Amino acid sequence: MMKTTLQKIYMGLIFLFLYAPIATLMVLSFNASKTRAKWGGFTLKWYQALFRNSDILNALRNTLLIALVSSIAATVIGTAACISIMSLKKKSRTIIIGITNIPMLNAEIVTGISLMLLFLSLGLRFGLGTILLSHITFCIPYVILSVMPRMQHLSPYTYEAALDLGAGPVSGFFKVVFPDILPGVLSGFLMSFTMSLDDFIITHFTKGAGIDTLSTKIYTEVKKGIKPEMYALSTLIFVTVLILLILVNKAPGKEKGGVSK
Amino acid sequence: MKKLSVLLTALTLTAASGLALTGCGSSSAGENGEVIVYNWGEYIDPDTITMFEEETGIKVIYDEYETNEIMYPKVEAGAASYDVVCPSDYMIQKMIENDLLSELNFDNMPNARDNIGKQYYEQSREFDPENKYAVPYCFGTVGILYNKTMVEEPVDSWSILWDEKYAGNILMQDSVRDAFMVALKLDGYSMNTLDPAQLEEAKNTLIEQKPLVQAYVIDQVRDKMIGGEAALGVIYSGEALYTKAENEDLEYVIPKEGTNVWIDSWVILKDAPNKENAEAFIDFMCRADVALKNFEYITYSTPNMAARDLIEDDALKNSPVAFPDLSNYSNLETFHYLGSDGDELYNNLWKEVKSN
Amino acid sequence: MKKKLLGLPYYLWCLIFILAPLCMVFYYGLTDKNGIFTFQNVSAISSPEHLKALLLALVLSLIATFICLLLSYPLSMILCGMKKGQNSLMVFIFILPMWMNFLLRTLAWQTLLEKTGVINNILSFLHLPELVIINTPYAIVLGMVYNFLPFMVLPIYNSLAKIDENVIQAARDLGANSIQVFLHITLPLSTPGIISGITMVFVPALTTFVISKLLGGSKILLIGNVIEEEFTQASNWHLGSGLSIVLMLFILINMALSALFDKEGEGSFL
Repeated sequence: MMKTTLQKIYMGLIFLFLYAPIATLMVLSFNASKTRAKWGGFTLKWYQALFRNSDILNALRNTLLIALVSSIAATVIGTAACISIMSLKKKSRTIIIGITNIPMLNAEIVTGISLMLLFLSLGLRFGLGTILLSHITFCIPYVILSVMPRMQHLSPYTYEAALDLGAGPVSGFFKVVFPDILPGVLSGFLMSFTMSLDDFIITHFTKGAGIDTLSTKIYTEVKKGIKPEMYALSTLIFVTVLILLILVNKAPGKEKGGVSK
Repeated sequence: MKKLSVLLTALTLTAASGLALTGCGSSSAGENGEVIVYNWGEYIDPDTITMFEEETGIKVIYDEYETNEIMYPKVEAGAASYDVVCPSDYMIQKMIENDLLSELNFDNMPNARDNIGKQYYEQSREFDPENKYAVPYCFGTVGILYNKTMVEEPVDSWSILWDEKYAGNILMQDSVRDAFMVALKLDGYSMNTLDPAQLEEAKNTLIEQKPLVQAYVIDQVRDKMIGGEAALGVIYSGEALYTKAENEDLEYVIPKEGTNVWIDSWVILKDAPNKENAEAFIDFMCRADVALKNFEYITYSTPNMAARDLIEDDALKNSPVAFPDLSNYSNLETFHYLGSDGDELYNNLWKEVKSN
Repeated sequence: MKKKLLGLPYYLWCLIFILAPLCMVFYYGLTDKNGIFTFQNVSAISSPEHLKALLLALVLSLIATFICLLLSYPLSMILCGMKKGQNSLMVFIFILPMWMNFLLRTLAWQTLLEKTGVINNILSFLHLPELVIINTPYAIVLGMVYNFLPFMVLPIYNSLAKIDENVIQAARDLGANSIQVFLHITLPLSTPGIISGITMVFVPALTTFVISKLLGGSKILLIGNVIEEEFTQASNWHLGSGLSIVLMLFILINMALSALFDKEGEGSFL
């Protein structure tokens, strides 16, 4: 009993710690005064201003577009890579997995800078394309590291059996192998989407003129004082994701849900 | 598993609708091409950009930077192909020496030629000796912004920023040249010095001050002073007008040891892809009504005499903060470019200050 | 044969976007402005300011990693002990803050910690002394812990969740008490998760520059700040790359340690 109360208090404290800043941002989004220090009264004007602010909306659009495209691309490339890696000899496999780990383990600043140097030496013009290339680069490892464990646990015989029973290699894959690795694929996709959405450092080094994601936009605004429309936007995003989560959890489904295995 | 796929579908749908809502494909080039502008953050009235686009049909791609030192590598690397940039005095000198700028054709820019005060072109000769490359956009001074209710004595010297009474209540600029300017002026030297002994002394002065400094910031000085977070801050004169309007307890003063008088100017890059549009843009910004609009929005002093004539509020028109009579002060200097070795020297010393 | 081809896009990608950029960093790091081979960009780490920045970053990130570990382990255990339906919701609740932009979350801490910020307003209302940690290393550690906590919680939670109930039951049946079960069974079996968590927290914490800029008032120079400024302000890419090479050394050490303690690659973030 004592244990459970203690546990609850502990969880509660951590919860408070995690959500205090978020609550602050939400409160500020309704603050009539522009500066963070004073409370000027309740207002919805920042929400209205948000929808009229084309800069922020553009940044939002870019962020979503980049996240969607890079995670889809990363998932496709990564899953295909996993299939291939499974058929490699142990030595080659270890090398490839080692290389795969590099973007994840390397400091973001080093990854960002190295990509910037690469693009410069290739003479590429910085813009949406370079950002996409960079994002896909750091997303693929998440996909591979999600899918590989699933693939390793599969029995190779089910696939062979399907082929023996007359399935072609492609349909055999999609009917037999794919469903089993699907949780890993989806996890990888979700992780890629999340990491891309929130990325700042790598985007900072590889973006071009006029293209901003939410993160880089916020960074430029940090110096001058964040526009309250940003608070409104983050509150909206947060509430959207929260609602999604609640809906998903209310939806009937198998007990083993969730992102983690 | 099922929940996961439901979550992902919901997510993708939401993302897709978010995309639809914010409207795809907004960036098609204007009928008369485009111009790519790289300017300081919050240094233009966005309405003027819209006005320009509507009147000329040229689309403006607008990017922002926080300091000259951040702008320079991007321009030098050439990866982003900007047309128009708005650097500060010494940076313009550096860009001229590194052959990054293209000469301006003032015949194509009548407003620039006629509306900007002659004295500013005179001053520009310090970094643009033949007035070939730059059109002044904003000018000003650097001084101390202080909160009357938190500072009892009269403020007239940089030395108050070293007063232990105000420990933890002092804001300094997070920029190597600006920080050293304050220390060098206080120590009685030129802010363009390359004398190692003088610089070493200035460095030690800064290190001495560090425990008293609340933070090294750039434009956050504004918000922090308005919010009463600090008693004293080093600030650019343009911000001073804005902060005084937001918080009546704030006052701006130019210290007696002298300070930096600066000019930010429009320049066109040598390999700018849209030179004609760039000239049209700069000239538009020099139009009296446009310059007035920008002045009212960003509150930085404008060198545009025609715009100044249009200011209605007499107090503003003759404000000593906005349009100081510089002959009242001595020891005013403009920054010079110190050469890459000089820059390296300053940078290394600044690192020593920061890491102390 | 066909299977191997499927991997071709990725292998090419590895070559162009992972290996080549690394080579570029090495190239810039080992040459000077005139293209001559030199070791001075790397040995520059030994200059007092750089060494100080590195040591400070090391100390702060180690402290932050340790705090994350201390906080996450009990949390993960509690999460594992919860009922099946509840616990996935709980896990989501802990990942949810990651969806709020990283910069904004860190900035929000600035609002909370400022002298006239929210926390101090509450404290003064309760007549308690002021909390002054903004613009000090404490604030930076707090920022690190806040931002990287989920990265420690998830791997540990995953590891703990994989432990078979039966093993614990068996230990109990054989007479072990709770503490013995924890020390001899739970802890060792969760090592992969701990190692993974440490890696995912230590490296970003060591190399951060945003957190020290926003919460340290730009007064505290960490190695990440030094490298970032070399690239964005001082235009000295050679020095920046040289210092980055030193950073990569740390990451390599980390990878080696991981491989040592987690041979089967069981500990995973996912």
